[in-house]
Amino acid sequence: MSKNGPLSLAFNALVIAFMLAPLLIVCIVAFTPENTLTIPTTHLSLRWFEAVFKHPDFVQSFWNSVWLALSSATLATLIAVPAGLAITRYAFAGRDGLNALFLSPLIIPHLVLGVALLRLFSLIGATGSFFWLVLAHTVIVTPYVMRLVVAAAAGFDRSCEQAALSLGASNFTVFRRITLPMILPGVTGGWLLAFINSFDEVTMSIFVTAPSTVTLPVRMYMYATESIDPLMAAASALMVAFTAAVMVVLDRLYGLDRILVGSK
Amino acid sequence: MTATRTATPWVLSAPAVALFVCLLLVPLGLTAILSFNAFDHATGVKNEFTLAHYAAVLSDEYYYGIFWRTFWIAGLTTLICLAIGAPEAYVLSRMGNPWRSVFLLVVLAPLLVSVVVRAFGWSMLLGPQGVVNDILRGVGLEPMRILYTETAVVIALVHVMLPFMVIPVWTSLQKLDAGVENAALSLNASQFTALRRIVLPQVLPGVLSGSLIVFGLSASAFAIPGLLGGRRLKMVATVVYDEYLHELNWPLGATIALLLLLANLAVMLSYNRVVEGRYKKSLG
Repeated sequence: MSKNGPLSLAFNALVIAFMLAPLLIVCIVAFTPENTLTIPTTHLSLRWFEAVFKHPDFVQSFWNSVWLALSSATLATLIAVPAGLAITRYAFAGRDGLNALFLSPLIIPHLVLGVALLRLFSLIGATGSFFWLVLAHTVIVTPYVMRLVVAAAAGFDRSCEQAALSLGASNFTVFRRITLPMILPGVTGGWLLAFINSFDEVTMSIFVTAPSTVTLPVRMYMYATESIDPLMAAASALMVAFTAAVMVVLDRLYGLDRILVGSK
Repeated sequence: MTATRTATPWVLSAPAVALFVCLLLVPLGLTAILSFNAFDHATGVKNEFTLAHYAAVLSDEYYYGIFWRTFWIAGLTTLICLAIGAPEAYVLSRMGNPWRSVFLLVVLAPLLVSVVVRAFGWSMLLGPQGVVNDILRGVGLEPMRILYTETAVVIALVHVMLPFMVIPVWTSLQKLDAGVENAALSLNASQFTALRRIVLPQVLPGVLSGSLIVFGLSASAFAIPGLLGGRRLKMVATVVYDEYLHELNWPLGATIALLLLLANLAVMLSYNRVVEGRYKKSLG
């Protein structure tokens, strides 16, 4: 392995500082005792975290986001596992088309999706419905589950399945006892990735949420456009902490580098 | 995998297909229809066919300006991501563990943090009383107005998009056979020549797919220009938002959104074609 020169290492340090700077500043300012967005100089204070927890809108939006992310990630997993298996296991007319359809939310701007879903929801009277919001989020997080399921199902030895089938196991038993356990890391990894993407989503949600279903990122976006005080920093720091916690779980279950880079 | 004529794959994917038809294809179709519907500020959307919205957007300098600004900001973001992301992936790939994993994680993990949080972080760094201006004052320079300018939008977009550039470049670097580079060096090629003649051609596909993703996502970015561009600095996504939620002119908003989608797809497809053709040729 060739070594990096001092210039390369300095460059790397600058990039790392650049990537961390906005997240660090959020977490530092969140502890300010002042009324303005300033770096705490005298002492640290938890008053703005307290303010977030006492802010009814933020608390409600947080729970909206959690339930939304839980439901849409679960629903996405339930539909992506059979569809992902269909795509990896069968050669059928329309297979490439289906694959492209399922991955298309990664390419279509969320802005366009938000506009399109707003039109649908207003026509069928679904604005403000949590159920339809879950379906909308399911569409945008399904590709994440799909990719990991396809990756897990494509690279595995099918002789165990064939052995079980030849011993008289039903198709469903084979799926439950053999296939599912073997692709489980991909499925759980996909679920968590779907959860975090639904939890973070703002561009589409801003179009399709109503006051009672506003999610935390949308709430924070609207709050930030109107007033800027350390409450926003504290809420952001909590988001960072929450994301970090999910990342630790993701790392234990699937391997973070595998998820982020997509290689083994 | 065997070719099959059974209905099994369709049964398995039926729920997903149903969802994607109802909540993706149908809404997109409805929006396309909406963009041809007449609109009246007093009565709202009318059930009449018109090309007025397309004519309005395509003939108005105001919208030209916004599309132009959006695309040059996206292009500049792509260039900067290229200039930072590709060398960073290369430097990382030459590191030993554990630093390599740690730094890769630091570069990529912000991907999972909500873009609102990151935009807010940049607004604190770049604001008039922010850290950047504090540093400028500290070294005796004039503080600069960065927040609510194109500079702020580009800086934050680069931060958000950099992982999308590093990932494909990193992936193609992993496939690289280090032996070839070493062979070039042992045959007296300079480090620079080895990089230019051996490494660069092989990571080109990664660089190109990264550029496409970054450009597409930057051109349609909403939260970054919304929070860091302020009220005056509009990009396509924030204009669509205004048309929908403030002007309530949905047909016009739908028109702009669809034009953005089409422009995005056109850039991606043509770029892809040109680049793929050239790449195939160079490989013989």
